[in-house]
Amino acid sequence: MVQFIIRKIAAGLVVLCAISFLTYFLLYFSSSNIARNILGEYASQEQVAQKETELGLDQPLPARFLDWAGHSITGDFGRSWFTGEPVATAIATRLPITLTLVIAAILLIAVLATVLGMAAAVKRGWIDRVVQTGAIVGDAIPGFVLAIILVTLFAIQLKLFPATSSIAPDAGASAWAASLTLPAIALVINGVTGGAQQVRSAVIKQLERDYVRTLRSRGIPEREILFKHVLRSAAPTGLTVLSLQFIGMLGGVVIIEQIFALPGIGNLAVQSTTMGDIPLVMGVVLYTVVIVIIVNLLVDLINGWLNPKVRVS
Amino acid sequence: MSQAVELTGQTGVVVRSHVIHKVLRNPMGLIALAILAVLVTMAVLADVLAPFDENFADIASTLAAPDANHLLGTDSVGRDVWSRLVFGARTTLLSALLCAAVAIGIGLPAGLVAGYYGGKFDGIAGWFVNILMSLPGIIVLLTVRAAFGPSVWISMIAFGILLSPGYFRLTRTSVQSVRNELYVDAARVAGLSDRSIISRHIFSVVRAPIIIQTAMVCGVAISVQSGLEFLGLGDPTVATWGVMLSEGFKNVYLTPTLLLWPAVAIGLAVGALVLLGNAVRDALEDGEKVKQRKRKAAESASATERTTPAPAKVRQARGAVAAVESGTEHHLVKVTNLGVGYPQADGSIKKVVDDVSFHVDRGEILGIVGESGSGKSQTAFSILGLLPGTARIVGGSIQFDGNYTVAPGEEKVSQERLTKLRGKRISYIPQEPMSNLDPAFTIGYQLVTPMVRVLGISKAEATKRAMKLLSDVGIANPERTFQAYPHEVSGGMAQRVLIAGAISCEPDLIIADEPTTALDVTVQADVLDLIRDLQRRLNVGVILVTHNFGVVSDLCDRVVVMQNGRLVEEGPVRTILREPKDPYTQMLLSSMLEGKEPMTMLVSASAKEAVK
Repeated sequence: MVQFIIRKIAAGLVVLCAISFLTYFLLYFSSSNIARNILGEYASQEQVAQKETELGLDQPLPARFLDWAGHSITGDFGRSWFTGEPVATAIATRLPITLTLVIAAILLIAVLATVLGMAAAVKRGWIDRVVQTGAIVGDAIPGFVLAIILVTLFAIQLKLFPATSSIAPDAGASAWAASLTLPAIALVINGVTGGAQQVRSAVIKQLERDYVRTLRSRGIPEREILFKHVLRSAAPTGLTVLSLQFIGMLGGVVIIEQIFALPGIGNLAVQSTTMGDIPLVMGVVLYTVVIVIIVNLLVDLINGWLNPKVRVS
Repeated sequence: MSQAVELTGQTGVVVRSHVIHKVLRNPMGLIALAILAVLVTMAVLADVLAPFDENFADIASTLAAPDANHLLGTDSVGRDVWSRLVFGARTTLLSALLCAAVAIGIGLPAGLVAGYYGGKFDGIAGWFVNILMSLPGIIVLLTVRAAFGPSVWISMIAFGILLSPGYFRLTRTSVQSVRNELYVDAARVAGLSDRSIISRHIFSVVRAPIIIQTAMVCGVAISVQSGLEFLGLGDPTVATWGVMLSEGFKNVYLTPTLLLWPAVAIGLAVGALVLLGNAVRDALEDGEKVKQRKRKAAESASATERTTPAPAKVRQARGAVAAVESGTEHHLVKVTNLGVGYPQADGSIKKVVDDVSFHVDRGEILGIVGESGSGKSQTAFSILGLLPGTARIVGGSIQFDGNYTVAPGEEKVSQERLTKLRGKRISYIPQEPMSNLDPAFTIGYQLVTPMVRVLGISKAEATKRAMKLLSDVGIANPERTFQAYPHEVSGGMAQRVLIAGAISCEPDLIIADEPTTALDVTVQADVLDLIRDLQRRLNVGVILVTHNFGVVSDLCDRVVVMQNGRLVEEGPVRTILREPKDPYTQMLLSSMLEGKEPMTMLVSASAKEAVK
């Protein structure tokens, strides 16, 4: 088990290094004009050259990357080229907003999709039709269009929620709740429709397995078969779906944050990439990849725990 | 009346034109294609349909309401909304196509090679796929934009690369499943080159899933591309729906309709693609369903007559039940004129068990013999009440220990009545030992829980009994097996465990469905001995479903022979073995291997070597 975790973490680190280098390499092409952009049009040629030296832009790519990587390993991700704010601080102030939103949404999706998917698979009939139709409708409306509809309807027309929230990290829980409810709903609606459909097929597949019939023949109550055996066997599929949705959401939240004017990581990603603020971009990419690696590791661990074949070896 | 359906089934292989036909007949598919056709027309004829240039700004009339000049009004700098919408269709559709093309261009060949040849390339490709799949798309696209500037096309190429794992996985799995098919082996033996095998046999398999995937990918591409444009990260000189959406969102308090049109356009385009994908999938699955039904029908051949439910016939059968019923209470199980059927798409019911009657007494072993598809397992499952959800009892009755479990005229087995009997008084030994144990729970758990639930005894008590049962069924080390997971024991061992489970609650009737078929020959004899032993010791009734007369002669007291859902012969096992009356029974008996001359080798050993 320990070996399994170590192997997964090692694989994650390799991926992290590969992506860091690739991103750094890509961004290298964008950095030619950066010093001029920072200083403005009226800066003299010498000032620009001096700035470039200061930022290390005069160094060759491998040297720049190694310098950055060396500092990053010690936890020093540098400072924003434009604001001078340390990258770690910039991310730390925005991370709670994005993570609260995404985690709340994924938990709600997990619960709702399981309940709806199970009900559709077991009861069939109208609830099955609702889930199946919902999956198509959910696929058909892009998440951010749905978010725009929600804002227009509930925030601008009905004024039930603040349309543009400006939540500070130290604002009260009610301010957070008011600002995050609508964006979370937008994320949840999109995730639940697809998720419920996947849970439904996974549960139906399990219900058709031979061992379910044998359990029934042994006199085990139907409820216990469903919740203990079928749900457990369907869980790996559900978890994989959830982890993919989570990863998708880390991207989707970028647009959602823009629509709801939330100062989260997505917002930072847009800002930093538009300006070419390489330290910040690298910070955002690293943070995202680390979260993805952690989520995948968690899913592997839970699946391993659910599956005795993996657990024993 | 059901001829037409039969014929569509017989066309067998799903032809592509067939699928297109079905998609067109599906209202959803038709609507989707119509919407896409309109959008494509808009994109192609944009120069004709748009009265203004996409960037022509009439500063005199900004945010204007629709009029004769500006069909849908103007935006905040006075650009014509209709013209921009039409030009936006062009950019949007082209970018979606580019994205799909890149994704296919990378994913398909890589998937073909990885699936067909496997090996190192498969490993490396798998690693890349895992990386690509664990990247949040939009963050990557933002980075790409930072590196290469705000071009729709570069974004879509990058997004295509990000989506290529979808095609890779799809192709790889399809190819892997086909690669080992016999007809591909045959093609290889026949000397076809890898390239022609791939293009002829494998390409035809992946074609349909790829069409579905492409519809979905185009939909995703459109929404992501619009999303990026909405963020204001696109090229401002190109009119796209996303840019229009962003422009509308900024003016949402002044002119909400600016938001409406691009949102509708995006919704329609993505929705149509998703619907199209679904329609194609439905059309393909429909084809498969017909094929499957065809196969089942072929298995059970002529007896599975397709009949619309005939009330007269059912009533007649019921009448017969009433006459036989009295004085049969002493039988452990009595099946009377049982009919089981499955409703078909055309409204008829396909019978798989037809007018079957027999009985079993305590301490007796009854064999039900027949080929696969003869309805013997369906009969057994009706007694257990474990028929698939779609099955219907179309006639007859089943009684257990003097009470009906299926009363005459009932359509379904009453689960309420059977829940009280299953496990406690009727138990079941399945055919395939491994798939009948839940892989996620220990063998001990799966033995103990039924006893706790059914007999109401404590866990400790049940554990003690489980240990005893395990040693009773001849397992040498009960503790170890008790703690093992199903995948840790052999098939023979698992079957012993299932038999232990079947007798754990001291039932009166055991239904064994081909209990030895999946086992090695040496284990088969052991398991049969075990069943005979237990039956004598516990004095239970046993229904043994099998296709093997050897097993029957070894074990059974009486035997019924079934063919194509009907009962053809019944009697004491000696009588049937010595003087079979029905030609089908005679045929079954003559196909037994026991007591036959060994056959001579068709090809001599040296010739075999030469072939190799």
